[in-house]
Amino acid sequence: MATIKLKCHVGVGPEVSGEALVTDDNFSARYDLDRDRGIFSRPQHKLAGQSYVGKIMVFNTAKGGVASAWMLHQMKSRGIAPKAILFNSVNPILAQGAALADMAMCDRFADGDVTGLIRSGDQVTVKPEQGLVMITRD
Amino acid sequence: MKLNDEEQAMQNGELGEPRRWAIEHMMQVGRFFDAPDLVPVTQAHIMADTESLGEAGVEFLERMAACPERERRVRIPMITDPRGIDFCHYRRLRQTDAMAALEQRAIDALEALGIIMTNTCINYQTIMPPVRGEHLAFGDTGVVIYCNSVLGAYSNFEGGPSSLAAGLTGRTPRYGLHLDRNRRATKRFRVTCQPQYLSDWGALGGIVGARSGSYWEVPVIEGIESPPGSDEMKHMGAAMASFGSVPLFHLVGVTPEAPTLEAVCEPATLAAETIGEADFEAFFARYGGKGEKVDVVVFSAPQLSLLEMQSLAELLDGKQLHQDTDLLAVTSPAVAADARRLGFADRIEASGALLLEGMCFYQSYAREMGEANGWKRLLTNSAKLANIIGGYGYEPTLSNMENCVASAIAGEIV
Repeated sequence: MATIKLKCHVGVGPEVSGEALVTDDNFSARYDLDRDRGIFSRPQHKLAGQSYVGKIMVFNTAKGGVASAWMLHQMKSRGIAPKAILFNSVNPILAQGAALADMAMCDRFADGDVTGLIRSGDQVTVKPEQGLVMITRD
Repeated sequence: MKLNDEEQAMQNGELGEPRRWAIEHMMQVGRFFDAPDLVPVTQAHIMADTESLGEAGVEFLERMAACPERERRVRIPMITDPRGIDFCHYRRLRQTDAMAALEQRAIDALEALGIIMTNTCINYQTIMPPVRGEHLAFGDTGVVIYCNSVLGAYSNFEGGPSSLAAGLTGRTPRYGLHLDRNRRATKRFRVTCQPQYLSDWGALGGIVGARSGSYWEVPVIEGIESPPGSDEMKHMGAAMASFGSVPLFHLVGVTPEAPTLEAVCEPATLAAETIGEADFEAFFARYGGKGEKVDVVVFSAPQLSLLEMQSLAELLDGKQLHQDTDLLAVTSPAVAADARRLGFADRIEASGALLLEGMCFYQSYAREMGEANGWKRLLTNSAKLANIIGGYGYEPTLSNMENCVASAIAGEIV
């Protein structure tokens, strides 16, 4: 077992651990998801058909308008939500949404493109308070 | 983040739970974006349509609304973005009673907080246009980009929770566009043909937005020969924000921060990309549909100004819509009242068109409306709407207002 530490900017939300689901695609809470079933529903999205429930999601950046700020809160309150979302760079709206939802979110990784640093299936611990993400691999 | 005595009192809960929550929320967001402190804001504008709020969001507002009055009232003038329901027309649109009931709960909670229900995304045309240098907490991307760019005000995109926090405290974290250093141009575009219709201005916004592609990019545009009007700026800004998450642009010689190119960038180090006729043609060509049956023609996103209502009334005068095509004209309650007083509303409705007020098409359960009404092919003159409505199961086509009206009469896209 090896542990890799990734430094990022201080984030929001609680410390969480879980399995990573990674894409170099972007993320819109409004347009990419079937929020009732907990899957990516937009056919063009690289994760189309996959479940995000309970995952540590990793994307390039966030898209979508102001409405997204409410949506993470609604998703989390129904228990159909990811545990954490990591980005290379996030916009204010989704960071505000994570703050309301108390969902872990971090961005701006010191070692470069986070969508290449973390692989789908990795066990990941996110520590937003410290700006730290830890990957455990066999 | 540095807090002053009053802000610390709020943080300690001395001014009630809603303001304590608000400071806590802003501390988290401010820390995320390295804000040194909070900046006083003069107005707040909140997007809180029930489709995005959901049951959980409405309950959140209701908990706040249940606090004592002196604790829950906002401290600065605070207004609302469009609602998801026009109560006079929701059955005709085949929205459900459950949607209307949730909407009414949201309205009751927002009113209890002292928020003014303006229900508009064109407040800069109709309510209280900000002035240059005014710090704001505004919540609709089209509103924010217009107020930053055209009026020289200072606002980030504030989602509903953050707008509410700003309303409750009169402050917002000082990051992003509240700082002059983040308002300099980072992308430069030179336009070689002049937009004519509102849909062309929207297309220009869409092209620039897509090529900029991030909240942290600021495009500057050269080559516009005469200053556009407010509706042109509205369509351009809304599309730019929609296609690129862009919150600010400069138009050389027109917008207040860019009297010259040199005022917003160092031209020698920022090469210009050209936007010409072929780019506009390609932009419109991505939306097909010519000759096809059109199910619904929508003028919305942003809501129509009084002048757009007049244009629409003139185009529809004495005409009847095709029996298989609906036409929706969506505006703010203030403009709707004026349109009625001036006779524009009657002239529009006489054609069979539906005049909707205080809502906006894509924030109004567009997917459910489409399924219930059999709307698939949607025609609009809004580049913003064309961009986003595909995500709700529609096939959009973009054209100018004249062609949209002619198509609604013919029943197919002309």
